[in-house]
Amino acid sequence: MLLTGFFANLSCSSNTNKLPIYGERSTQEKEVDGKTIIDTVYHTIPDFSFINQDSAVLTQKFFEGKIYVANFFFTHCPSICPTMQRNLLKAYEKYKGNNQIAFLSHSIDFKYDQPHVLKDYATKLGVDNDQWQFVTGSKADIYGITKDYLVLASEDENAPGGYDHQSYLVIIDPEKRIRGAYDGTNEQQVEKLLTDLDVILKEYQK
Amino acid sequence: MIIRVIVGILLLVSTLYTLFSCTNEMSVETKQYATIGQKLYDSHCQNCHGNNGEGLGSLYPPLRDSVFLNQNRSLLACIIKNGMNGPIQVAGVAYNQQMPAFPQLSSLDIAYLLTYVTTYFGNSKTHFKQAEVEEFLKNCRS
Repeated sequence: MLLTGFFANLSCSSNTNKLPIYGERSTQEKEVDGKTIIDTVYHTIPDFSFINQDSAVLTQKFFEGKIYVANFFFTHCPSICPTMQRNLLKAYEKYKGNNQIAFLSHSIDFKYDQPHVLKDYATKLGVDNDQWQFVTGSKADIYGITKDYLVLASEDENAPGGYDHQSYLVIIDPEKRIRGAYDGTNEQQVEKLLTDLDVILKEYQK
Repeated sequence: MIIRVIVGILLLVSTLYTLFSCTNEMSVETKQYATIGQKLYDSHCQNCHGNNGEGLGSLYPPLRDSVFLNQNRSLLACIIKNGMNGPIQVAGVAYNQQMPAFPQLSSLDIAYLLTYVTTYFGNSKTHFKQAEVEEFLKNCRS
C-alpha cells in the first residue's frame, strides 16, 4: 500500500515535469553568502537587434519576461515554409492576447524580404497584432543567430527558392534559454509544441 | 415480430443504398486517377494550399471553390504547368502571390492531379483525360 502510494507520487511528479534545457552548458564557481558553490551556466540567446515588419528596431527588450517561439523562413519560400507558418499560426491563434507568449520569425532572405514585404506577408497570413514579430537583418546577423537557436540555414542556389534551412520551431524561456525544438512541418510535433507551451507557461506563471 | 423484421430489412436496404450510391458515383478509373493525384498533390501543392485545399490566409488561395474550378476547368492545367502571376479572386477574396511553375509534370500527371483536386475539393464526379489536358495545354496564354 505504502509502496503504491510512493509510486503514485513519483508518476505524479513526472507529469508536472519542466521542459528540458538544451544546448551546451558549463559550470562556474560562485560565492553566495560567503560560501563557494558550483553553478551551471546554460546556453542562452545572445543580444540581437533586427528590423521588424513595421521598420522598427527589435531587440530582446521586446521579449523581456516572455516565452517566445522562434523560427527561420522567407516570404517566397516554395518548400517547407508555408506548412511551417500555417502550423505556427495555430499557436499564434491559440495564445493570441496572452502577453506572456510571443513569436519571432527571422527572414533568411535578406535581399528580398524588406520590412514592407514582411508586413504584407504577415497581414495576409492573418497576423494583426505585434505578438508575432517578423524580422530582417544583415546576412551576418541573421545567419549568425541561426547557430544560437541550433537551427541550420544557408544560401544555396540548388535549394528551392535559393535558401536551405530547417523548419524547427524553438521555444525560448524568459531567461533566454532553449527549452524545446519542434519540426514545424510535422503535425504531431506541432501538437507537442502546443502542449509544451502550456507546460512552460505554468513554470513561469506570475 | 413481423414489424421488427420489416424495420430490420428497411434499415439494411437503406444502409446498402447509401453505401452504394456514394461509392458508385465515381468510376473506378476516376478513383484511380484521384488516388495517384493525391500523392502528386502532397508532394507539389499541399505545402501552400494545405492538406484539405484550404489555402493559407490571403497568401495562397483555397482550392475548394467549385465555382472557380468549374468555370476555369480549361485553365487549371496551364496554371500548374506555367505557374501564375498577378491578382485573382477566389471565393470573394483577392490573392496576388506568385505561384511557381511545374514544367516537370507530364500531361498525365496533371490529369491525375486535377482529378484529385476537382473530385475531393470540388464537386466533380469525372476525371481529366490525358488527351483533354494536352488540348488545354496547347491553348495556354503565355
